Amino acid sequence: MTKLSKLNIFKQFLEKGPIILLFIATLNEFDFNYLELKYFSFNFPFILIYYWSLKRPGSLGYGLIFLSGLFNDAVVGLPIGVSSLSYLFICGFSSYLRNITLRPSKINDWFFFGFTILVVNSLMFAISNVFFNVQIIYSDVLVNILFTFLFYIIFSSLFEYYKNLVFGASNV
Amino acid sequence: MQPSSRDDFIIAIRSAFLKKENKQKYSLSALILLTLAILILGKYDFKIINYSKISLKEIAYRSTFVFSTPENLIKKSFIATKNHFLVYEENKILREKVKDLETKDYNSEFILAENERLKETLNELNFSSNEILAKVIVDKQSPFLKSIIVNKGSKHGAELGMAVLDKEYLVGKIVELNFTTSRVLLLSDLNSKIPVDILPNGIQSILSGTGKENGKIQYVKEETLIENENKVFTSGAGGIFKPGIPIGEIDKKQSNLDINVSFFSDFSQLRFVKLRSFSPEEN
Repeated sequence: MTKLSKLNIFKQFLEKGPIILLFIATLNEFDFNYLELKYFSFNFPFILIYYWSLKRPGSLGYGLIFLSGLFNDAVVGLPIGVSSLSYLFICGFSSYLRNITLRPSKINDWFFFGFTILVVNSLMFAISNVFFNVQIIYSDVLVNILFTFLFYIIFSSLFEYYKNLVFGASNV
Repeated sequence: MQPSSRDDFIIAIRSAFLKKENKQKYSLSALILLTLAILILGKYDFKIINYSKISLKEIAYRSTFVFSTPENLIKKSFIATKNHFLVYEENKILREKVKDLETKDYNSEFILAENERLKETLNELNFSSNEILAKVIVDKQSPFLKSIIVNKGSKHGAELGMAVLDKEYLVGKIVELNFTTSRVLLLSDLNSKIPVDILPNGIQSILSGTGKENGKIQYVKEETLIENENKVFTSGAGGIFKPGIPIGEIDKKQSNLDINVSFFSDFSQLRFVKLRSFSPEEN
């Protein structure tokens, strides 16, 4: 009986994996988004939110995504609300894609992700720059967008594996 | 009547933002509106939003500190191991440096005494300082803001604009004050501008951050007078900092046309800093 309840707790923990990962990604000092490498960085929360909102929306609640965005802004030092807005827009885009898609395809998802991050980043940096006078190095932003786009395909495969392992292959 | 593609698009958007069957507790559109409200009210310094921001930041900074503990432990052990292997070579270099510094110390003692005497003669201002030791709790760098979070806030007597020093080197100033934490804007940040004095020629200029590890000298006419390894100190112009706080040295080795400054302090290794406010006292 105890063994069974322990297994149940472990399963629940694994099911909460994506949201735990999102909070670790936003609250931890180590951030793929701000690596101290000149021409390499990518936005891990964008990939995570897009993939899970698209494939299994119940795994990340909108409320928790909103909260993680607020935490990210507080830690990074951006105006409070900017990251939340961009995360929620990603949810909106992925939700729209899910609603119009009849036959899911990895390539379609990938290119739509590219379009999404271009729009969301433009919006995010426009707000930061125009309304809050945050100065931005545009070359860094472009590199970040490019690598986020390229890394989506790798992380989506990893997440796919995790999803099949935890939730089962048919549970989409 | 068949629905048009425009109708399909609107239905898809509506169901994307208001879909209930995904067990989402909050509607996406409501949260987007809430975020926009936070952004707009935050921009105009709405009181409730500001208080909420401060509370959120307190929680976020403390949580980040806890979340980063394992990572910081690994980082510290790595640095300790690396330093252990370099200790012999470092010792030799340090011995040489100590000898050099001892000689300089005698000279500076004399110069300091002379400086005090001359200031008294000129009846100039002296500065008294108030110092708080603070621990760096978050060091999350970003391309938009080079900053650190320290564990001292208004409760401990910290104030906005206070100079932040690593040993005796200036590293930045306080730009955001919470109850028990503060955010320090580092000199390397793009938005940082500090009036400086470049010695030995005494050239007045502005040191700007670059968003990278170094700074650059701006708005200076006598560029030719600035040489490699010239020392950069605060000038005290504008009354933000006291004059003479060491910052870094000129680094003209880099190939670009900018006059770069490499800071004396390594901003990625800050663990404890001093928050210091200066107030002038007349002789």
